[in-house]
Amino acid sequence: MTADTLLERITDYACRPDPYPLYAELREAGRVVRQADGSHLVGTYHEINALLHDPRVSVDPRHGLVRDPGLSEQEQLPFLILDDPAHHRLRTLAMRPFGPPHSPGRVDAMRGQIAELTGELVEGLRDRAEFDLVDDFAYPLPVTVICRLLGVPREDEPLFRRWSDLVVASADVQPGEEAAERARTGRQARVEMGRYLVDLAEQRRGRPGEDMLSAFVNEPDPALRLTREELAETAVLLLIAGHETTVNLITNGVLTLLRHPDQLERLRRDPGLLPGAVEELLRYEPPVHLRRRVPLVDLDIAGSVVPKGEPLILVIASGNRDPGRFRDPDRFDPARVDNQHLGFGGGIHLCYGAPLARIEARAALGALIPRLGAVTLVEDPPPYRRNAMLRGPRHLPIRVGSL
Amino acid sequence: MAGDPREGRIVVVGASLAGLRAAETLREQGFVGSLTVVGDEPHPPYDRPPLSKQVLLGHAAADGTGLPMRRDPDAEWRLGVPATGLDPLRKRVLLADGEWLPYDRLLIATGTRARPWPNPEEAVLDGVFTLRTCDDAGRLAERLAAGPRRVLVIGGGFTGSEIASACRERGLEVTVTERGPAPLVGALGGTLSKLAAGVQRAHGVDLRCGVTVTALRGDGMGRFVGADLSDGARVEADVCVVALGAVRNVEWLADAGLAAGPRGVACDAGCRAFDMYGIVTDDVFVAGDVSRFPHPLFEYQLLSLEHWGNAVAQAEVAAHNMVSPGPLRRPHLSLPSFWSSQFGLNIKSVGVPTFSDQIVLAQGTLEARRLAVVYGYRGRVTAAVTVNMAKSLEYYQHLIETAAPFPPGPGAADRPLAAELTLPSDVPDSKKLSHGPTVALTGHLPDRRLTVVRHA
Amino acid sequence: MQVVVDLTRCQGYAQCVFLAPEVFHLHGEEALLYDPAVPDDQFERVREAAAACPVQAILLGEEVGSGGR
Repeated sequence: MTADTLLERITDYACRPDPYPLYAELREAGRVVRQADGSHLVGTYHEINALLHDPRVSVDPRHGLVRDPGLSEQEQLPFLILDDPAHHRLRTLAMRPFGPPHSPGRVDAMRGQIAELTGELVEGLRDRAEFDLVDDFAYPLPVTVICRLLGVPREDEPLFRRWSDLVVASADVQPGEEAAERARTGRQARVEMGRYLVDLAEQRRGRPGEDMLSAFVNEPDPALRLTREELAETAVLLLIAGHETTVNLITNGVLTLLRHPDQLERLRRDPGLLPGAVEELLRYEPPVHLRRRVPLVDLDIAGSVVPKGEPLILVIASGNRDPGRFRDPDRFDPARVDNQHLGFGGGIHLCYGAPLARIEARAALGALIPRLGAVTLVEDPPPYRRNAMLRGPRHLPIRVGSL
Repeated sequence: MAGDPREGRIVVVGASLAGLRAAETLREQGFVGSLTVVGDEPHPPYDRPPLSKQVLLGHAAADGTGLPMRRDPDAEWRLGVPATGLDPLRKRVLLADGEWLPYDRLLIATGTRARPWPNPEEAVLDGVFTLRTCDDAGRLAERLAAGPRRVLVIGGGFTGSEIASACRERGLEVTVTERGPAPLVGALGGTLSKLAAGVQRAHGVDLRCGVTVTALRGDGMGRFVGADLSDGARVEADVCVVALGAVRNVEWLADAGLAAGPRGVACDAGCRAFDMYGIVTDDVFVAGDVSRFPHPLFEYQLLSLEHWGNAVAQAEVAAHNMVSPGPLRRPHLSLPSFWSSQFGLNIKSVGVPTFSDQIVLAQGTLEARRLAVVYGYRGRVTAAVTVNMAKSLEYYQHLIETAAPFPPGPGAADRPLAAELTLPSDVPDSKKLSHGPTVALTGHLPDRRLTVVRHA
Repeated sequence: MQVVVDLTRCQGYAQCVFLAPEVFHLHGEEALLYDPAVPDDQFERVREAAAACPVQAILLGEEVGSGGR
């Protein structure tokens, strides 16, 4: 097979359990590898890192030569796919009730309730002979956390889960004929979800709670207020990102530890290694594998030119396994030093919710690790979600007690 | 040098950032011999950047900025005893207490001290400070906490500006005097210095540019009460901070025959000191603020700089080279870079902004106080400065490292219309300023011109 | 325990401020200030912050003379 089919093979569902040999092939094939469909793959650490910091590289799909015809210039987009200065303004406003400089202690203050939730979920697993780590633990934890943080009723989960699935599917990197249809249903879901969230926010106008929707809608300074469209897009982004990625981090974490019993044992003996272990998971099995970009000018990357407007795909999970950056990159080592991974991306678009994801993952793994000694995986590899960009197991069935 | 370079006696003179990191690196690189670190201050190595920021704001204690060790360097610490002489022939360092310390290899990392107020009688007035050591910072912070009616800061360089920022944040009235046309002009050139001046004034600083302080006044009982300015004005203040830059600690080397002068100790790319004839030594190394070293990106001129990151990087290279045989030695090539935080702005620089003839505003806007300015010299990129845009700096660093053409090409999403215009960089001669750049090109070897003396 | 941040490397991601807000602060939008002397009860948080720093700029450790010699 030739290197120009790599994207097709990476996104092929059959490769979901182990895309890493394909990433190695990508790095071998060059710094920039042109695909038959016209896109360009980058899978080496230093090139990805440079592109993440390059102001000439856009995240806005409207700069692409090939673009979704349904996407208009006027349409409000979430800051995830906006460039500066629009991105900076929106992200800064969205940060006000969430993090520094305006709300530096907000996430730290959630540690207690996250620990409590984690404890309850672990308690729920007691006396179970078999459970699904995803449905019984890794999914409910971040969903409950993001619902409380944003101010979304937890019981509405079935409603927004459907929207979220459609939006996420439409954002996947998957060349294919149903792309236009997926884009259409995704956009529709985004609109409906946005309306739902704006309605929730409106209910709190003048009657603010502690949640972020309340903060957004009750901002007294008009210069710092989100428009209705901005509020919708931001809230959709935060709700989706807040629960679609952390689930993968936690599930990948448990899967990885069960595949490395020696490291599991090491962590059980020395919980001080946990912060490093979470970073190593973000390197070794990151929740987000691919990021899409568009060059705003013809771009010279390590001697190859990527023309303006052509799709550029950063395979960040490949950069994390680049032997040109990490010693022994395919080894899972919770005590790894110099672990400057790309798990949360980098540059101005570094994951907004990273601190929350870290605290959730640490709490989750910290609570689970003492109990993982006596469990086994029912299937390995487990069944994966379809998505190639947000990659993780759909289910992780676990049997308590060995056979 | 005979024997294994990982054995023997190493003396490090200077117990601040460069000295500590060098000592750690020596051990990391397998040095098993005896290691002595000499420091003139009684304190173990501590970090200086917080002194003009957190400490003056009262957010951190002056005696609480001790540097964490990467590993215990297993050294003998001779603290509170300055080195006063060097005998390179007999390979020994003289300490102030009269003791001679023998060495096989020596690292000079004595750094700088604050330039004192030139009039010694005025300098000792109660209320007149410089800021370099933690003891300085402790005394100044205490005085600021007592709520003086006005603070006079002499010199609008980075330290002076940071002190002014801390004063305003504490609600204190502050006057800054600068001989040049604007603060930071000697380091950043015309355009950004105008931004700095605007920011200072917007924060309520009484900024006086184009003036010098001609005299500090006492009340007759030894207390500072005000200053006379060259324009005839008089500033009444209770506290005066002299922020006129740094002096390199080279006096102890006066008779050592090294290429040591007011701009530092010249060394080669491998951190080996030159002697006064421009001959490189092989047992005396230099690192940190006291060094001058050649840089290929800046015409191999000797760079002289006062940067935290350079102290670390150069100490690591020096230490590596001190314990490595010739072919395994490394050059110190890292780009100069520094930061300053003042008035809520994060100013970061890479390259040598003063090595420039033109600039361009490449990203952002002056109005938003969020921007990237790129500096060029004769058509190539030599430096970049970001204000609240640190995540872009890496990109410009790459342009400098590859000597990319100036002005840089278009394409940045937030490129302003102003990017079409290149402006003169307007870096004045630092002799006409109260402050200097913290990075300067200081020509080629050595400080003194040699004359050939023929014997009959 | 003492902490030092290599502010030459720091890009203002503020992950440390989220994770240990009593030790690290943003001054304005991007400039990082911190208390180098870490109180005992903040040690775990600072360790998390050091692990989480996207540019690995945070060093936590003992100062000279605090331990063995």
